[in-house]
Amino acid sequence: MPWTTDVIYRYDGSFCGLLCCVFESYVKKEIPLDIVSEESPQGSLYPEKWIETIEVRAQRVYRSLGQRIHPEAGRFLKDCFLTCLVSKEILIYRFINLGYRIGGRIFNNLTEETVHILNKAVKHLYHETHLLTGFVRFSDCAGTLVSVIEPKNNVLPLLSGHFCDRYPEERFLIYDKTHRLALVYQPYQAEFLEADGFLPPEPDAREENFRNLWKKFHETIAIEGRYNPKCQRTHLPIRYRDYMTEFQQSAPPLSHPVEFPGTQGNALEDGSNRPL
Amino acid sequence: METIEKLRILTDAAKYDAACTSSGINRTGKKGGIGSAVSAGICHSFSADGRCISLLKVLMTNCCIYDCKYCVNRLSNDVPRASFDPRELAELTIEFYRRNYIEGLFLSSGVLKHPDYTCERMIETLRILREEYHFHGYIHVKAIPGADSALLGRLGLFADRMSVNVELPSEQSLKLLAPDKSRESIFRPMGMITGRIRENHCELVKYRHAPRFVPAGQSTQMIVGATPDNDYQILKLTESLYRKYALKRVFFSAYMPVSDHALLPPRGTKPPLLREHRLYQADWLLRYYGFQADELLDEKHHDFHPLVDPKCSWALAHMEFFPVEINRADYHTLLRIPGIGVKSARAILQARKAASLDFQGLKKLGVVLKRAQYFITCSGKLIEGLRVTNDTVLRSLLSEQGQAVFYQERYEQLSFYQQSELPGKEVVQCLGRRM
Ligand code: SF4
Repeated sequence: MPWTTDVIYRYDGSFCGLLCCVFESYVKKEIPLDIVSEESPQGSLYPEKWIETIEVRAQRVYRSLGQRIHPEAGRFLKDCFLTCLVSKEILIYRFINLGYRIGGRIFNNLTEETVHILNKAVKHLYHETHLLTGFVRFSDCAGTLVSVIEPKNNVLPLLSGHFCDRYPEERFLIYDKTHRLALVYQPYQAEFLEADGFLPPEPDAREENFRNLWKKFHETIAIEGRYNPKCQRTHLPIRYRDYMTEFQQSAPPLSHPVEFPGTQGNALEDGSNRPL
Repeated sequence: METIEKLRILTDAAKYDAACTSSGINRTGKKGGIGSAVSAGICHSFSADGRCISLLKVLMTNCCIYDCKYCVNRLSNDVPRASFDPRELAELTIEFYRRNYIEGLFLSSGVLKHPDYTCERMIETLRILREEYHFHGYIHVKAIPGADSALLGRLGLFADRMSVNVELPSEQSLKLLAPDKSRESIFRPMGMITGRIRENHCELVKYRHAPRFVPAGQSTQMIVGATPDNDYQILKLTESLYRKYALKRVFFSAYMPVSDHALLPPRGTKPPLLREHRLYQADWLLRYYGFQADELLDEKHHDFHPLVDPKCSWALAHMEFFPVEINRADYHTLLRIPGIGVKSARAILQARKAASLDFQGLKKLGVVLKRAQYFITCSGKLIEGLRVTNDTVLRSLLSEQGQAVFYQERYEQLSFYQQSELPGKEVVQCLGRRM
């Protein structure tokens, strides 16, 4: 029986859920036209099918990636899933499809369209992660370090190792505003929490002092005769600067970068646990 | 004096040092301490001049008993002076580091009272960081010329990287402009550090836990444009420093006029940024592309071309080397093609295993076809519709800066380089001969 191709899969938006879509496709011998997450809007002419997330199925598919494609395939696709690539789901599906057919060679096939697009997206993810290892700015709030970022890719799972290793004795929190996800660390454990908002508290005098020292340093280290804002922009795109101490006005900006009124302290709203 | 004013003075005095990287060592964090190091280095910010900020780059003090003519901190210069207290600087470093402002500390200094005295204060700062704060982040420290070698040895046990700046590329220039320094006073400590690093490698083989001496290696800096020394001299010296002293990096710093000395460019002279850029490009070719200084410049051509980057210049002068067949060439041959870098050369090798490559595919691998097209074939064929006219070639082969200069007709910059004529004719001639 030939495989049919006129259905769209809808899943819960988790990596496990996506693997279950792959499972469904192989069991039912159908190739989905597209795979969309729970949140994405409806409105296609094609019939839709809701795919249940069932852990054991996901695990079976995940194991097969290592066995039939390449030992690194599972990790690679997990990273693909963290990227901000539009329609990453169907591309990941196609990658698995092709991988099952040609095995580990797929990783050399850099000019193949699907492989090329996914590789590019993952590079972008790694690059943004690397930039943020430097661009994250903490404020000391009564002994806890807090930070807000607004990345394009879901970088937090990849960033967490770096910061947990670097500050083993600190308590810190990094809030990803884009993906509404927080990394919370205290010696010696880290956890990810979903949170709809986070409002960093006002700085105290000591914190204000170090911010000013840093701004003074940042301003002084530049050589006037080499002034080159274009080059600065290339290396440090404007979109990161909203959250970087050295680019903030001394007085609190009128529209605070994270607008959630009324919360006090470093309160996380809707702190449901989220396994990753 | 308030800390903020000290910080301003001691940053202002340190900013002309070009070294900014925090690279060369991987070190994981440890419980009970703070900090780690990442071999590729991490940029934490960029200043208004577009340079990376990775380390807290300051001087211990900007007081100096010496009078090097090119230096803002020279004894005879009338500027406000300040000194950090070791504990004050250590605390500042840690507080900046906790907030992820920096990757670590880059500590240099003017010479206060005596080189040994200065060195001891630097050692104390680093000791507090390493032993009291258990700081495992990056530390780059400048060796103070003239300090006792035992002290430099102790300094190196706390630091990840050490540097002694050559500053002036020839003995002559040194004599004229840095009367208190000699070649000897620079190369002796440099040699000492190289020696200690080598010994340390042996110790580490024998005892895994031997304390590490300057594990991220040694670097240096040369000032470009303060003296008549040409690019060829600078590049030859650079090459020999890599070979003889096993340096990890040589930095170049376009000279910013800070003095009215008759032998130096007057204040207001623009720093030779393009020249500095070309030297960095060439340095890259030495370190990663397998080029030798003598291939890039020689006695007859002793300065880089302002409009064409060094690799392209080399290619145009060696058209007999081209075209290179993408599907067969080895790594080192690929690296010599303009428009192909380390990453795209590696990608070509990898992708070739899966399928033979065409021009469309090369684009996906990050090859800059606009440049590479004149120098390559894919399965024996040149790119389709390749047109070799004066204008197309200029547009594709001139470096970005070159184009800006060329098309905006900023000829005044060109006049510095009168000896090398515009490339238009020669480019087309070279290419034409091949077609
Ligand atoms: S010894 Fe160093 S700080 Fe002192 S004047 Fe010379 S270059 Fe400047």
